[in-house]
Amino acid sequence: MAEAGWRHQAFTGWGRVARAEMNAARPERVADVARALAAAGPEGIIAYAGGRSYGDAALNAGGRAILTSRLDRLLDFDPASGLLAAEAGVTFDDLRRVFLPRGFLAPVTPGTAFATLGGALANDVHGKNQDQAGNFGAHVAWVDLMLPSGELRRISPEDRLFRATVGGLGLTGIIVALSLRMARVPSRFVELQERRVADLDEFLAVLEAARNKSHYSVGWVDALARGRALGRGIVESADPAALEDGDSFKELRRRSLPLDLPGFVLNPLSVGLFNALYWRRVPAAGRRRRVTLDKFLYPLDSITGWNRLYGRRGFHQFQCLLPEETSHQALRAILETCANSRAASFLAVLKTMGRDGAGLLSFGGRGHTLALDFPAASGVGDLLVRLERPVLDHGGKIYLAKDARLSAQSFARMYPGLAEFRAILAEVDPTGRMASDLARRLAIKAGPP
Amino acid sequence: MSRPIWVVLGASSSIARAFARLAAEQGADIILAGRDLQDMKRSAADIRIRGGGRVEVRRFDAADRASHPAFVEALPQGQLNVFLCFGLLYPQEAIERDPLLAEPVIAVNYLGAVSILSHFAPRLAGASAGAVVVLSSVAGDRGRPSNYVYGSSKAGLNAYLQGFRAKLAPHGVSVTTVKPGFLDTAMTFGLPGMFLVASPEACARACLAYAANGREVAYFPAFWWLIMTIIKAIPERVFKKLKL
Repeated sequence: MAEAGWRHQAFTGWGRVARAEMNAARPERVADVARALAAAGPEGIIAYAGGRSYGDAALNAGGRAILTSRLDRLLDFDPASGLLAAEAGVTFDDLRRVFLPRGFLAPVTPGTAFATLGGALANDVHGKNQDQAGNFGAHVAWVDLMLPSGELRRISPEDRLFRATVGGLGLTGIIVALSLRMARVPSRFVELQERRVADLDEFLAVLEAARNKSHYSVGWVDALARGRALGRGIVESADPAALEDGDSFKELRRRSLPLDLPGFVLNPLSVGLFNALYWRRVPAAGRRRRVTLDKFLYPLDSITGWNRLYGRRGFHQFQCLLPEETSHQALRAILETCANSRAASFLAVLKTMGRDGAGLLSFGGRGHTLALDFPAASGVGDLLVRLERPVLDHGGKIYLAKDARLSAQSFARMYPGLAEFRAILAEVDPTGRMASDLARRLAIKAGPP
Repeated sequence: MSRPIWVVLGASSSIARAFARLAAEQGADIILAGRDLQDMKRSAADIRIRGGGRVEVRRFDAADRASHPAFVEALPQGQLNVFLCFGLLYPQEAIERDPLLAEPVIAVNYLGAVSILSHFAPRLAGASAGAVVVLSSVAGDRGRPSNYVYGSSKAGLNAYLQGFRAKLAPHGVSVTTVKPGFLDTAMTFGLPGMFLVASPEACARACLAYAANGREVAYFPAFWWLIMTIIKAIPERVFKKLKL
């Protein structure tokens, strides 16, 4: 039965593996958020924003969702301090369009500009400057959070509730607005240096040098390369480029993928071929060039709907963080498992992280982070379980914004802040109004096992 | 030349927000008028930060007709343009259960619009320039069982606008009746039977173009002209048997 103001609709995570039918409201004003929240009963409710979480973080099958896309207003901006207040549904794309021409950039941005500020906070996202800048939450001055009770509360980093809301997966309430310290950039360009690396040892050595001297660094791994070539790839490091004569702000042109590619397009053979060509794209001696921030920060956004590349069945993302001390061995084990399984990972990214997140469940800390994706097919579930083991053995963790498969037991071992997170949830949401498929899968609200 | 001013009546809707953002981008000053002052303040900040010029917020209640003369009186000097996009929709079944609900629908959509536009008329005529764009609906073209109270309020509005247009034409003021099909707004969100839904941004862009070109009547998206032409051509004795 349709209720006025609610739409029954099927939603998916960005990986399109996790799916859910939900009753969704789409508030346009703060007062509408309270009304939507009040309508939630035992079926629970969760915010669904840009839809860029890969798994089930923003899904609540059989329950309710609040779409934040219409909460998209900029509320205040002080060019002197760079402090911006904005509603939660504002996207990084909005910020790019409005502020880049004025020399301001989000201090931390995920790899897609279509994520929202609310989503970035709830997942405490990071970017290619994690070593230098930490996660998104570190740059937030306050958050207007609508508690499950409907009370609107402004929380700041000193508050306990702030630590549960940053990286809190939307479970403490609905993020309505937040204040972000924008960063200054001298131009819309970065000086990008690309280096081909022949194996894992060289990869890590080049990343190590880059993390200390460059603002941004990130590496692409040929996850199908084996033996001596294990861990070969390309390391990119970049710094903001100075303004030059003739620089002008041009809108990014977008292409879109009009239909799902058949699932067989991405197979070990085609991905292997692509990887080999991609690796050789960068000359052996490396190269330097000046590229736009848009292109550097959001390489995949030029193709709208690139997730359809993987066909109708979708894909899994696996992203782990491995503590510095043993990350070398752990990475070797993971890449070997991956290469030997001949699982075709198309987008394999390895980079360093340097700072802890501000949230109890933040994905942060000093070490290496590796992201792999796998087209959903038989055997992928097993592979993900096998990849989880070295992460656990080495005291690492899996990034919840990307995940759709982790077990509750493994989750509890990876996130020591869970107990305190649970305690805070019990205070702010005693009736369990906030709910998501991820929260149920990981038993986030249950007592200690 | 001074900047044009757009007065947006019913400024809390998504279409009003989109319109105000675009008009400001094109160099207009904006007066947001509506009932939810807190909400309009947020919209005004948004427009200013995105690079617009002056934005003001004023209290306006379409149903409170006694307040209309003072509202128009207090508007700043300069060439005014009016975007009227307030509207009230109750489901037809609700009105059938409680016919008193028809009154606010008519009071806002018809009487409210007639009142405020009539008070604007001398200002507009005196300026010898300007544009009025009124968001009506295809529902006013023919009364259908599914929404004929709402539809009749819009039909009355459409007839009023025909006369209003002729009255202001000699003064160089254009009046556009916009008849949108389905727009993706809070009013239609979740309603069953929606198809070919257009975004508020696209409609706002079209409304600004109608004003610039002095359009009289426009269907949005334009193919609704064809749909409504067919629907209007159906003889009443056939139409009454259709479930529309």
